[in-house]
Amino acid sequence: MTAPTLSRPHPALRRWVALGLAASVWLVLYQLNRPFWEWLLGDIAGLDLGSRLGDSLLFFVYDTTKIVLLLTSIIFLVTVLRSFMSVERTRALLGGRREGVGNIAAAGLGVVTPFCSCSAVPAFIGFVAAGVPLGVTLSFLIASPLVNEVAIVMLWGLFGWQITLLYIGAGLVIASVAGYILGRFHLESWVEPFVFETRLRGKVIDPSQGLTWDDRLQMGREEVATILRKIWPYLLVGIGLGAVIHGWVPADWFATHATGPFGVPIAVGLGVPLYSNAAGVLPLVEALHAKGLPMGTVLAFMMAVVALSLPEMILLRRVLKPRLIATFVAVVATSIIAIGYLFNIVL
Amino acid sequence: MDIKILGSGCTNCKNLEANTRRALADMGIDAEIEHVVDAAEIVSWGVMSTPALVVDGTVVVSGRVPSAEQIRDLLSTHAS
Repeated sequence: MTAPTLSRPHPALRRWVALGLAASVWLVLYQLNRPFWEWLLGDIAGLDLGSRLGDSLLFFVYDTTKIVLLLTSIIFLVTVLRSFMSVERTRALLGGRREGVGNIAAAGLGVVTPFCSCSAVPAFIGFVAAGVPLGVTLSFLIASPLVNEVAIVMLWGLFGWQITLLYIGAGLVIASVAGYILGRFHLESWVEPFVFETRLRGKVIDPSQGLTWDDRLQMGREEVATILRKIWPYLLVGIGLGAVIHGWVPADWFATHATGPFGVPIAVGLGVPLYSNAAGVLPLVEALHAKGLPMGTVLAFMMAVVALSLPEMILLRRVLKPRLIATFVAVVATSIIAIGYLFNIVL
Repeated sequence: MDIKILGSGCTNCKNLEANTRRALADMGIDAEIEHVVDAAEIVSWGVMSTPALVVDGTVVVSGRVPSAEQIRDLLSTHAS
């Protein structure tokens, strides 16, 4: 067994050097993004970058490149870090916690736990059957899509870190409060009865355990490929719409036409049925904000789009009765509206 | 060899099945792969992160898609 131990430092060294090289290439590409497109579109293609068409086109290619670069690096980092967490671990941490504190913990864990909405139903049953209170479980399910890594990356890239922190804070408050309120309603009878009858047998396997660094880095690479493959159509449509608004809608159009007291509820009402993800909705949101739509309205719209999605509601119908789904949507939408008004007042 | 894949039919479940089939073919084993899509049954195996792989009544993988090579190792250690 001496030979493998002796040769081990070399693969490890090669792995970290490769990672360092990738990071350097990334930094260079990120720096070259604007000069490169300005050179290609302006100097080579001869477009007037001050014109509507030139400006929109530059916005489109520059934003697409920037967002793809940001997504690649952040999803990779987040996936590798999150590989140390798991839904199983989260359930163990939430078990036996009181409501209130439990809701806050569940919202925070919803952000850091790797979670695919395709596992929403087994996770829901697993939490409730293990005795995690219904409202605490719902806090987890609200926070997970609302404060997701794609949303954080895009907010950071398009609006800066202050707005990003504000969004994360708001998302945590919404998930904690909405879950707590739903818990107070005592809606256990609106959960399909089989959930409470499910018995947990078998040894629980924690996916975060027993992985090597190579496994975790591999998971990061695969996740980047999976997410990019999944969201690119949304991303292109979102950035395309954003580019059109950027070039053709007059500056401050929304500031003069859409600042009435009903802006926030209308934005949320439009956002709930709209099914997209953060990647598709954020470029649009950035363009709307640039034309004078207030920040609170813009963030409320985005939250409504990402937090409440029809496909997830259809999945959850397996375990929740329609009345509970309707109440869930109403409570979450109301919380988002409240946060939107708050931001419009303070920002 | 009794092999089950737990998961509601998402992309990762299909990837796990493909890799498992490849591992079985490499080992020259002819085994049926059973799909468990019912959420309550998945949870009763103690699994919350799908997809999961069950070999002869033991959950050996949950929440990720190992490569065909890794599955081959798992199958040879867990096969009874």
